[in-house]
Amino acid sequence: MKPAVAEFARHKQRNAKQNRLRNFALPLMVFVLRGLMNPKMKRTALLLAIFSCLSFSSVAKEAQPSAADPVLEERVMKLSKELRCLVCQNETLADSRADLAEDLRGQIREQMKAGKSDKEIIAYLTDRYGKFILYNPPVDPTTYLLWFGPFILLLAGLALLFRYLKQRKELITEQPLSADEHRRAEALLKTIPGKKVA
Amino acid sequence: MTRFVIPLVLFIALVVFLAIGLRHDPHEVPSPLINKPAPAFQLAQLREPSKRFSAEEMRGKVWLLNVWASWCITCRDEHPLLLEYARSKAVPIYGLNYKDKREDALSWLGELGDPYVLSVSDLDGRVGIDYGVYGAPETYLIDRNGVIRFKQVGPVTPDIWEQKILPLAKELNK
Repeated sequence: MKPAVAEFARHKQRNAKQNRLRNFALPLMVFVLRGLMNPKMKRTALLLAIFSCLSFSSVAKEAQPSAADPVLEERVMKLSKELRCLVCQNETLADSRADLAEDLRGQIREQMKAGKSDKEIIAYLTDRYGKFILYNPPVDPTTYLLWFGPFILLLAGLALLFRYLKQRKELITEQPLSADEHRRAEALLKTIPGKKVA
Repeated sequence: MTRFVIPLVLFIALVVFLAIGLRHDPHEVPSPLINKPAPAFQLAQLREPSKRFSAEEMRGKVWLLNVWASWCITCRDEHPLLLEYARSKAVPIYGLNYKDKREDALSWLGELGDPYVLSVSDLDGRVGIDYGVYGAPETYLIDRNGVIRFKQVGPVTPDIWEQKILPLAKELNK
């Protein structure tokens, strides 16, 4: 079953490559060759040739079948995404191209082949490299501040906001005008033409 | 008054946090192996591959295990210091030649001198993984019972040698 799956995956990849070749590369090559013969088109054709080299070389690099067993490989990559590369610490083991990351992926692959569960493999790695290797930090006393700090800040911010709003409300209690102020206001309003004081 | 004091206090707090952050080396990951038994290994010796060496043989001694490789640039900086430490005969230094080619390692020692009592070849880096190695050079101080008491990631600078390793080794040798 498994070799058949691998064979199928390889087949699919080969087909995809052939399709790319037929649909894009060949017409482009024809166009470029024609352009090179035509002096008016020379520059465009050259540019196209350069760009197509660049893009096809990147296409060729992706999706290499790295192991005979794609099911296992998928499991390795899935677990590697949960783990940190210790050399380039902001990358996961899955993304890193460091030597050590490659070795550790090899270890994971080997242990999976030996029938170990993901949990056992994670325990193996944390025993050697510590919890730092977990890309998702676990909730434990050393990471409480990390997990709950933002909520503490939020609560503190809300408390400050409520205090401020309460203080402001007390400050803006309405004060009725005194009799003297009332008279002055009326006098001012009378000076505005066309306005009648109620 | 508080209008100025609160932002000032916040600013000072921020500066303090940033200053602490600058002093932390993010590359230094605390090893879970401190105060745990040094992982057992049995590897071929670098100079005489037919002979093997195991950590078990060092029972009853306080010793240093230094992880090095000829491709490791920092190891080259650390090397003259190791030679000096080895000459002082305070603690025997053993080498774990990590993921190196034997010829390269031997010519490196021939060119720069050999501070190690002996080195063992960890060709595929498996023992390195057991020791949690993630960036050579790394150095482990192991006590008489085979327990790792101190780990240095990066070169053993004279400061670390004098302030951390020597006092600890002296205490462990009592």
